[in-house]
Amino acid sequence: MQDKNISANNFEQCLKCTVCTAYCPVVAVRPEYPGPKQAGPDGERLRLSREGFYDEALKYCLNCKRCEVACPSDVKIGDIIQLARMRYSKHSPSLRDRMLASTDLVGSMATRLAPVVNASLSLKPVKLVMDNVLGIDRHRTFPRYSATTFVSWFKRNAASQQAQYPQQISFFHGCYINYNFPQLGRDMVAVLNACGYGVNLLEGERCCGVALMSNGLIDKARKDAERNMAAIRRSVNELGRTVVGASSTCIFTMRDEYPHLLGVDNSDVRDSIELATRFIFRLIDNGSVQLRFRPDFKMRIAYHTPCHMERLGWAHYSTSLLRMIPGVTLTVLDSQCCGIGGTYGFKKENYPTSQAIGESLFRKIEAANPDFVATDCETCKWQIEMSTPYSVVHPISVLAQAIDFEETKKLNINNHNN
Amino acid sequence: MKFDTVIIGGGLAGLTCGIRCQQAGLRTCIVTTGQSALHFSSGSFDLLNALPGGEKVTNPADGVAALPDHHPYKNLADRFLSLADEAKQTLAQAGIATKGDARANTYRITPMGGLKSTWLTLAEFTTFPDHTGIIGKNILIVNFSGFLDFNTSFIAAEMEKRGASCRIESVNIPAIDRLRKNPTEMRATNIARALAVKETFNQFRDLLKVMSKGYDCVVLPAVFDLYAPEVVTALGREINVPVCLVQTMPPSVPGIRVQMMLRRRFESLGGVFMPGDTVTRADFDANKVNKVYTVNHGEIPLEASAFVLASGSFFSRGLTSTPDGISEPVVGADVVAAANRSDWYSADVFAPQRYMEFGVATDNEFHVVKDGKPVTNLYAIGSILSGFNPIELGCGAGVAMLTAIDVANKLTDNK
Repeated sequence: MQDKNISANNFEQCLKCTVCTAYCPVVAVRPEYPGPKQAGPDGERLRLSREGFYDEALKYCLNCKRCEVACPSDVKIGDIIQLARMRYSKHSPSLRDRMLASTDLVGSMATRLAPVVNASLSLKPVKLVMDNVLGIDRHRTFPRYSATTFVSWFKRNAASQQAQYPQQISFFHGCYINYNFPQLGRDMVAVLNACGYGVNLLEGERCCGVALMSNGLIDKARKDAERNMAAIRRSVNELGRTVVGASSTCIFTMRDEYPHLLGVDNSDVRDSIELATRFIFRLIDNGSVQLRFRPDFKMRIAYHTPCHMERLGWAHYSTSLLRMIPGVTLTVLDSQCCGIGGTYGFKKENYPTSQAIGESLFRKIEAANPDFVATDCETCKWQIEMSTPYSVVHPISVLAQAIDFEETKKLNINNHNN
Repeated sequence: MKFDTVIIGGGLAGLTCGIRCQQAGLRTCIVTTGQSALHFSSGSFDLLNALPGGEKVTNPADGVAALPDHHPYKNLADRFLSLADEAKQTLAQAGIATKGDARANTYRITPMGGLKSTWLTLAEFTTFPDHTGIIGKNILIVNFSGFLDFNTSFIAAEMEKRGASCRIESVNIPAIDRLRKNPTEMRATNIARALAVKETFNQFRDLLKVMSKGYDCVVLPAVFDLYAPEVVTALGREINVPVCLVQTMPPSVPGIRVQMMLRRRFESLGGVFMPGDTVTRADFDANKVNKVYTVNHGEIPLEASAFVLASGSFFSRGLTSTPDGISEPVVGADVVAAANRSDWYSADVFAPQRYMEFGVATDNEFHVVKDGKPVTNLYAIGSILSGFNPIELGCGAGVAMLTAIDVANKLTDNK
């Protein structure tokens, strides 16, 4: 028996107020999409009576969760839509969907051939073939693959020095840092080390699964999620190490989508999975860590709040850290979707929607005219870098550029040893 | 996280209080679960339209004297008028221009075309000095084809009752017709987003210019200027016929704009706005709140020297009702409510509903009462307060803004 007719997604609490529809980035530019109210709680009523009421147009949802942030009645609208797609969609993932979803597999192959892959992915004929044959939009710039993965760099250059730090954490690097942008991983290690924390890899980290889920590869996503949870449990429960990541989407997925969408329980360790900016903010806030900054670091930065960061409610941690840097002038852009939605915007059929959603954000960035944009999500970075002349830097990398490492280490490491 | 003030609730009351605190140099954080009742705004703000029993109020500044002692306005004493003026000024400073005065109610047009008394009205809307107001003899009502949230026939019928003759027309603009692919989402906000594109708006304006020739006035749904009050005020001049906006069914385009502009003002003053988060519990130390915890921040508390409960009434879940009773879920404040469920409501749906008067108990300085004792650093403002029926008396926005500013002033004085 349900307690007072409240289901897990709270859909009975929807009072049809329509507030969610005002915040859906898709519905305004893609009228084929039924909108969060109709696709979510309204449609759920019908689907519960008969599966045939499922509407394939739910694929246009980019899972930004802004409907959930707006809902005054705490209805998990985004979850209802994602679960309906997982349960009822008859669409089976195409070769293109599988390629976009398999960030782990494709990444590990591409890094081996990085120079060739990077060169070919930027060639016009290759882009045309990908567009025509696979349905990956030709306007997209693929993230470059790194010739050395973060993991191999870490093992070779950093792993042996970690034990000297008084405290230890585990680092969930994710696919992007590992295959595309190891520099951000190096920045993480440097900043966490300066805070007095040694960095460790998780044993057997897998892709967080967000791309697998959005492309319908649910069994694979669940398998990876269970392996990640085993690794996280060992880190948290046996080794006493919090798991820290850089990507707002990876962290959001492991904290919230695992239990809500995949049915993978994480309740015993959920509080110990967090973003690096939150982790560092807390250490500073409770006085156990201090940062010292280089006097010559002067930057005008515009911060963009990724959708999953908005849902986590954690943008304040990243913006607060950036504001701590004396040489930074920070503009926080109005929180809105950039349009990429992970792999969504790479698909040819979604490209115009994706760009139309992001359009007003791009204009606001141009109006702010910063030295660069800062954000916690790698796919937002691709979208903004492709659609504006500005480069996008992760807040941890900003810290890595701004921190006076020698002074900071002195403060934090001696502090702990005393 | 440490602040001077933490406000629970980000609607009209919470944002107004937050802006005033931040203006006074208090570091303020607003935590809000979902969006607020401003999304259903009429485009006007009511201060006091009637007394209990139904007697109409023409001058709220006078009417307040006749209110019963349990009405929150009674706690404002002789500050009522100056607070009302401060409220109007606070809106203006956020870029929200309004007309109206606390000494004389005016009349606004309702979504059904009738006239209702009110206090402040957004500048782009039309108001009248009394209930016989008429915008012209010969009126053209224009709607967008397929838009169901604008009731043209009702509006025409009401305006004809007041002596006008009305013609109803609809227009087709390709960028707006596109929205009809999905009839459930042909809503005011989506039309407003389409009209925010210059070319689309210009197409509409040019059509309107031709259609409206010879009419005294054009009535349009309030689907303009979602992001900033820009185009619609100039529209009448551009087509050479006065334009009269009428509010649509929700979501309210002008209301959402007010919400966005208040939030922007609060944030530009340095305030921290945390949307989509819910305060789960408060830590008390004797008669004080030390910190509150939220869903998103987990074990990281929000600490402050003062807290304000602006979490709304039943709709925003500032109050919850179960078959056994009514409670305040965040801090477990004492609630003023009829014990017997059968006394909560009247079977006549149009009669004043008593549950609307229920709310948290406070002392006369708006300190929240818990377990019979006032909490010294916790205040309640807006629709969570008890002792007034905002529908019957037409005082919801006034209570929200005036109590918000009064509490912000107290917090500033205590600084």
